[in-house]
Amino acid sequence: MITLAHFLTLGAILFCIAIAGIFINRKNVIVLLMAIELMLLAVNTNFVAFSRYLGDPQGQVFVFFILTVAAAESAIGLAILVVLFRNRATINVAEIDSLKG
Amino acid sequence: MTFDLPLWSFYVFGAVTVLAAVGVITVKNPVHAALFLVLTFFSTACVWLLADAEFLAIALVLVYVGAVMVLFLFVVMMLDIDLVPLREGFVRAMPLGLLVAIVMLVEMLTLIGVRTMQMPAPADPALAAGMSNTTWLATALFSQFLLPFEVAALILTVAIIAAIPLTLRRRTGVKSQDPARQVAVTARERVRVVKMASEKPVDTGATTR
Repeated sequence: MITLAHFLTLGAILFCIAIAGIFINRKNVIVLLMAIELMLLAVNTNFVAFSRYLGDPQGQVFVFFILTVAAAESAIGLAILVVLFRNRATINVAEIDSLKG
Repeated sequence: MTFDLPLWSFYVFGAVTVLAAVGVITVKNPVHAALFLVLTFFSTACVWLLADAEFLAIALVLVYVGAVMVLFLFVVMMLDIDLVPLREGFVRAMPLGLLVAIVMLVEMLTLIGVRTMQMPAPADPALAAGMSNTTWLATALFSQFLLPFEVAALILTVAIIAAIPLTLRRRTGVKSQDPARQVAVTARERVRVVKMASEKPVDTGATTR
């Protein structure tokens, strides 16, 4: 029998893998975007599990909205990435420092 | 102890999800990372099916595997990336990343309370209400959440329109056709009728021709 803890544990493991991915791939913007997608996936898994175990459709509605916003985010992010590569010929985070922040 | 098929399916799909996620963050080639991400999404969709979220599982496969990941692959293959400088500091940052991830995982699992959250699954709420998962979701979406739904549609439209001018490039100095001007052209602009006196033969006196 699958319990709520199974889903929450899977979500936690996915989220931590994404955190580790951000730490070890901090030069590569594409992998950073992928790690963010992994985090959203972990959160969505938690939402789905809670919706199922509490019998509340609002959790799944929220996942629906997260999917929408994540799709928009990755489209804009990749467009910015293409423009960045066209202007600087690199996607290395360490070299993108023209704002001197 | 009988064989519990849903539980074992969950373990298999969960293991594939975790291994593919580890693959996403560790492989060298971004194309392989994107393909591993596809596998992660697909096996997560299977896990969602086990949680009776059929509509969202199919939507995840259609929207993510079908659209977003294709976009990712397209961009990764289009950019000619020099991978060597991007791998700098990979090994150096590995211990810190692993440490943070493991500490966070332990904290989360403690917070969840794996022992205390052994809540058995109630009956499928959608089936209990006498409808399919899609109807159950749509009833909530189109009654309570109609305005957020419209706003989500607006956000998608804005994202599409914003992505186009971001990547649009107007090049100067190239000879290209302008179809709008070609269509809008009139006969008067193409042929110029010039009024002039007819030419007379020049009388040089030597020849009469």
